Amino acid sequence: MSEHTDAPPFIIGKVEDFAGWARAGSMWPATFGLACCSIEMMATGTPRFDIARFGQEVFRGSPRQADLMIVAGRVSQKMAPILRQVYDQMAEPKWVLAMGVCASSGGMFNNYAIVQGVDHVVPVDIYLPGCPPRPEMLINALLKVQELAREKPMLRHRREIAAAAEAAALEATPTSQMKGLLR
Amino acid sequence: MTDVDNTQGGELAPVVPEGRTLINVRQGAFGASGDTSGYDGLTRFVYMPDAAERPYGSWFDQVVDVLEELLGDDASAAIESVVVDRDELTLHIAGSHLLSVCRHLRDDQDLRFEMCLGVSGVHYPADAGREFHAVYPMQSVTHSRRLRIEVSAPDEDPHIPSITSIYPMNNWHERETWDFFGIVFDGHPSLARIEMPDDWVGHPQRKDYPLGGIPVEYKGAEIPAPDERRQYR
Amino acid sequence: MTKESTSPYATAGLGEDDGSAPEFTVFGGDWSEVAEEAARLGEQRLVFNMGPQHPSTHGVLRIMLEVEGERVTECRAGIGYLHTGIEKNMEFRTWTQGVTFCTRMDYVAAMANEAVYCLGVEKLLGITDDIPERANVLRVLMQELTRIGSHLVAIGTGGNEMGATTVMTTAFIAREETFKVIERITGLRTNNAYIRPGGVAIDTPDDSVDMIRAMIPDVKQRLDELALLQLENPIFKGRLKGVAKLDLAACMALGVTGPILRSAGLPYDLRKSEPYSGYETYDFQVPTSTDADAYSRVVIRLEECYESLKIVAQCADRLEASVGEPVMVADKKIAWPAQLSVGSDGQGNSAEHIRHIMGESMEALIHHFKLVTEGFPVPAGQAYAAVENPKGLLGCHVVSDGGTKPWRAHFRDPGFNNLQALSMLTQGGQVADVVVAIATIDMVLGGVDR
Repeated sequence: MSEHTDAPPFIIGKVEDFAGWARAGSMWPATFGLACCSIEMMATGTPRFDIARFGQEVFRGSPRQADLMIVAGRVSQKMAPILRQVYDQMAEPKWVLAMGVCASSGGMFNNYAIVQGVDHVVPVDIYLPGCPPRPEMLINALLKVQELAREKPMLRHRREIAAAAEAAALEATPTSQMKGLLR
Repeated sequence: MTDVDNTQGGELAPVVPEGRTLINVRQGAFGASGDTSGYDGLTRFVYMPDAAERPYGSWFDQVVDVLEELLGDDASAAIESVVVDRDELTLHIAGSHLLSVCRHLRDDQDLRFEMCLGVSGVHYPADAGREFHAVYPMQSVTHSRRLRIEVSAPDEDPHIPSITSIYPMNNWHERETWDFFGIVFDGHPSLARIEMPDDWVGHPQRKDYPLGGIPVEYKGAEIPAPDERRQYR
Repeated sequence: MTKESTSPYATAGLGEDDGSAPEFTVFGGDWSEVAEEAARLGEQRLVFNMGPQHPSTHGVLRIMLEVEGERVTECRAGIGYLHTGIEKNMEFRTWTQGVTFCTRMDYVAAMANEAVYCLGVEKLLGITDDIPERANVLRVLMQELTRIGSHLVAIGTGGNEMGATTVMTTAFIAREETFKVIERITGLRTNNAYIRPGGVAIDTPDDSVDMIRAMIPDVKQRLDELALLQLENPIFKGRLKGVAKLDLAACMALGVTGPILRSAGLPYDLRKSEPYSGYETYDFQVPTSTDADAYSRVVIRLEECYESLKIVAQCADRLEASVGEPVMVADKKIAWPAQLSVGSDGQGNSAEHIRHIMGESMEALIHHFKLVTEGFPVPAGQAYAAVENPKGLLGCHVVSDGGTKPWRAHFRDPGFNNLQALSMLTQGGQVADVVVAIATIDMVLGGVDR
């Protein structure tokens, strides 16, 4: 091909871009299916919805080999330490997708037994509402995680961005103080 | 749940007939917070259906007859009352006779209630002296019918004999009822928590245990947890 | 275990070191080192966790296994990792809202939970005979479609856990066919709050009978594929024949119902022995076997799918014959008032219903308002209802204090009961058979833990 163009026979790009492209195309979810959402997650892996087209149908049983933890379902008080342990056992880079309302915020179960949102236990990258979310919604969320992976900054760049995000979050108004929006 | 019985000693104190369960004393129409409807002063006593009179109807008479015959002299002490309601037979059994009643239910060929469908604990805080009820639905595979055994225990001494020696299937059910209500089943091989974490304090499904939710945050507003909301009871 | 102690906790005797066995506490170490040390000490016995997070435990189930070499000497199941407090939460919601909670217990066959709860509530209300015929047909249709879905998940995940992914993809394709029909009729794929006290939530759209009739041969073809793929396969037979045996005496002692009891030889099915929702008028059979092993249970589940398809075909005929009939009980003080339809801005109350309650009938507006915000009161008392879940006998005990919210709702889930049998199914066998045993019990941890 290099005989047909004047372009030089090499590709220039940022390391971040190459790493992001590789990570996004081969994200392996860890099996953390808990409840009803796990059945929808399994359905997403099956031929009608088929996340194999995104390279994500290999659900790894071992967290050491997984990149993405899809917390699918309600997390009970008894399960929360195990959730944290599995998250800790995953190797960087890792992403967390809170699938369903129970994982995002406790959902309809506002009671003694359910952790009101897994962000009390692990840092969450994408929240996916739904009870349970349709497989198409899960695929949408997975594509967004792919975007995150593709754009993920590395090294010093990442530290700067993280520090800036934390400062902004500390300055922001808490949800219950955001008044006057209905006018 | 804030429907607490606070009518002892007043002119509203209920006269509870023997053996009849006072389910609840309903104060006012709304739950937790203040009521503007004027129904706050309304007090209603809600009872379980009365003990039934003979004949009970359909196959109930035959079953109770056979059971009384097998129990012999203990029959009147064992069977506290018989309730027939909504086509279902409920036998209120005294805890001390529970094992012999269950053995007869399982073994006698006219009864043959082979399966015990578990224990359902119910907490009636208004039913003084008999707060915890353990409800055992008994299923007869041979005769395709079902009856209910109900045993009560007071709050101060919540002990009920375990029937796992007769119905081994009740093992986990009794553990669950201990976990959620604090009813101790004497004679159970390993009465440990099963649903809640092992070091949990308290028995969650009791009426005096809060639901435990958190207030829901919206932009500019906050809704209290479900058991603290103002809702029609 | 006869320790002098007033504490009822079984772990009261734990922690007493009588020096009988060497103890290795492993936390993220290297297995080969541990095994070397154990072999050096002459002990081959290992106790380990098949922990809550595991691809083969059908959900969050913790299994404590004590193995000697490859043989399981002791197996205990630890549950509670999905305990949601559904039963307590239902005490703070109206009777109709309770349907949305109980449907999430056994999330694989969601509408069976709804059906048993509604049967219990209707018993308390005394309207069991007033449920319209068409509503009963729809209830039967939904329960059978979810039965097919549940058995397909059991067969599919069972195959997947043994390493045969094609079994799972085929089973789930068939399941998707049933979901197309369920979604068309109820609006959701799963966790549909469709069966409500008094009937069902909404009537069927016009093309649903044709959809059902078109679906039946598709599902049958997939079931044939599953049978062809698995039943004569020597590896499948080798892994499942003679494994996880539970004979009739053990089943009766442990109160095991469902396909496990039917594989032990007793043709016990609540749809036949204590029919509900009009099941006595349908023509179907109850597959039974006497082998009592995992293989016969897979065969029974496949056969039950075919029988369910027979019932679904009969339901389609009855739906066609009863077009226009009500799907909710006639008593306006109980019947769920809203009629949903899809408008220009999404799903909501249909325009005719809004016109009726706003313009035509004051009573209808009052009923709508009171039923949705406050709910209907149920006379005091208690009732018990039981249905044949795909997994066994599902029971519901409801107690009412005369109010609009339950005083107590307790569910007897067949998975909770059947899981007690796990020790009997696995002890003495091999570690790989534990996976098969769990798959054959087919419990759903949402129902087990509630």
